[in-house]
Amino acid sequence: MTTPILSIRDLTVDIPTRHGILRPVSGVSYDIAAGEILGVVGESGAGKSMAGNAVIGLLNPPAHISAGEIHLNGKRIDHLQRDQMRRLRGKEIGMVFQDPLTSLNPLLKIGDQLTETMLAHLDITAQEARKRAIAALEEVGIPGAAERVDSYPHEFSGGMRQRVVIALALCAEPSLVIADEPTTALDVSVQAQIIALLKKLCRERGTAVMLITHDMGVIAEAADRVAVMYAGKLVELGPVRDVLTTPLHPYTDGLMGSTPLASRGKDRLHQIPGAMPRLDALPQGCAFHPRCPKAQDQCRHDPAPRIEDGAGRAACFFPLAREEVA
Amino acid sequence: MSLVSIRSLTRIFDVSKPWLNRLIERKPKALLTAVSDVSFEIEEKTVYALVGESGSGKSTIGKMLVGLLGPSSGAVEIRGVDLARETDAQKVDDVRADIQMIFQDPFASLNPRWRVRDIIAEPVAARGGETGGLAEKLLEQVGLSARDAGKFPHEFSGGQRQRICIARALASEPKLIVCDEPTSALDVSVQAQVLNLMSDLKDEFGLTYLFISHDLTVVQHMADRIGVLYLGRLVEEASPDALFDDPKHPYTQMLLAAAPQLGAFGRDVPPPTGEIPDPINPPPGCAYNPRCPLATDLCRTERPELREVRDARVACHFAE
Repeated sequence: MTTPILSIRDLTVDIPTRHGILRPVSGVSYDIAAGEILGVVGESGAGKSMAGNAVIGLLNPPAHISAGEIHLNGKRIDHLQRDQMRRLRGKEIGMVFQDPLTSLNPLLKIGDQLTETMLAHLDITAQEARKRAIAALEEVGIPGAAERVDSYPHEFSGGMRQRVVIALALCAEPSLVIADEPTTALDVSVQAQIIALLKKLCRERGTAVMLITHDMGVIAEAADRVAVMYAGKLVELGPVRDVLTTPLHPYTDGLMGSTPLASRGKDRLHQIPGAMPRLDALPQGCAFHPRCPKAQDQCRHDPAPRIEDGAGRAACFFPLAREEVA
Repeated sequence: MSLVSIRSLTRIFDVSKPWLNRLIERKPKALLTAVSDVSFEIEEKTVYALVGESGSGKSTIGKMLVGLLGPSSGAVEIRGVDLARETDAQKVDDVRADIQMIFQDPFASLNPRWRVRDIIAEPVAARGGETGGLAEKLLEQVGLSARDAGKFPHEFSGGQRQRICIARALASEPKLIVCDEPTSALDVSVQAQVLNLMSDLKDEFGLTYLFISHDLTVVQHMADRIGVLYLGRLVEEASPDALFDDPKHPYTQMLLAAAPQLGAFGRDVPPPTGEIPDPINPPPGCAYNPRCPLATDLCRTERPELREVRDARVACHFAE
């Protein structure tokens, strides 16, 4: 097996507070290979964005990585200095955030924002950068790119802005793109366009993508593999088809059951009782046990098993039995 | 007789610059037609859902229904009373008492300085009704504890706050509740809890919902009848089964194809083209014609009327 683009091992993020240490990400491990889209799902507070921010070195102090390692292209990056990390960001790792309006500078023409990024990271002239900026805008499907390159962000619609942000994330040809809820602020038809664009670009360039979202439908359509997070821990990891059709962890199963589906008609939705525990009041044992229909004594006392890479899909003592897990 | 009858409802917003700017720049007035000639009826004890993308006018219709906005033309009749034109104050007041609203953002729609007890009892207290023990009873009905009445909104999670909003909406024993994206701000598992609760309460109290949402799967789960809006116009209206099995308007077909599907692993369909046009200068004829694969000259000149096509009402020249 070739080296994965991104490799996270036992990543733990701590936030020291006056009332003790909060742990929004706890012992998370996964890899993303070249050209692969890894979907990271979970509800608010599950730690999915926090893990993404840890990878690109954008944790807000006092949050910090307290254990674990992050490797990018085989090089360890979790202990880099600020200026080393800054050189990496944009060049090796591109980032697409949820709100396209706040991730663009409203006072700069989009062409200037694109050329600035390229001049900072690539060894090219200003003319060459401008040419590439227009090509990048064309690639993400902005009509009339040669004229639009001199427009300001407010002159674009939401979907077009998100295309600009994607062009910006990809213009220095990074090997990894972290897309944090890239379509949550967009309408359904525009969302379909953006997802199709992300898939096309990463297939053509072999970019690895970490797609963070809460929308199971988006994951099903875009991702190759999926990582399900709950209360800071990875609870299930596997190929998207297996995880979504035959979930092994009771939480994934509950999540799938509570998603309204055409085939279920108007029957009552399955609901997971209760809510995700707060970080300052995590239960002992498996964090999911108070809501789990299959919880037993062991779940209440022993920490849940961890998903070691390659072995086992679900972090659960009693994974749901399935006749066939293909 | 249907509970709500909306006839040729239109709402125009004036989004012009101030008159001095217009004078200097020689610009005409800019008028945005948010809702254009929409008609539909809501039967008692059913759920009518409005779906559409941003800017389609679904929230504007909801606000006109509860009276937060007045119509520019057309009428909203509730139990036969036109709230905007009725002169008998007593009648208006009676009808008003039967309508309540649930908003999208449970963080913005609860007063942070009020205790939950006062928030929930307000619709009744404002009319001088008896409020003793009311909040406690309603809290238990929506799945919270009676002890929560003394707490403040910040002590609750998003899903619990939305339950408080629902309890408040129920306080005055309304017949019609307008729900504007009630679960859009919630996580999937919490959304399931709130949707189930809303279904239960509907059966228990005989409620009628106008359910506004952009999420097709949620709408399909909740609605008895669905209206699809595009650029302020009703383009299709049908029962969920008819709409999802056999969408007749090209826009509805596009919307259904674009919605992410759980079973569609690695689906690679060509995504829809184009975006919603500028509502200040909508295209002539059918508003969908610039993006429509079927569009002809007729579509570019003449606006299609809503007409019966088998089990649905469709505004398309070519639907059959």
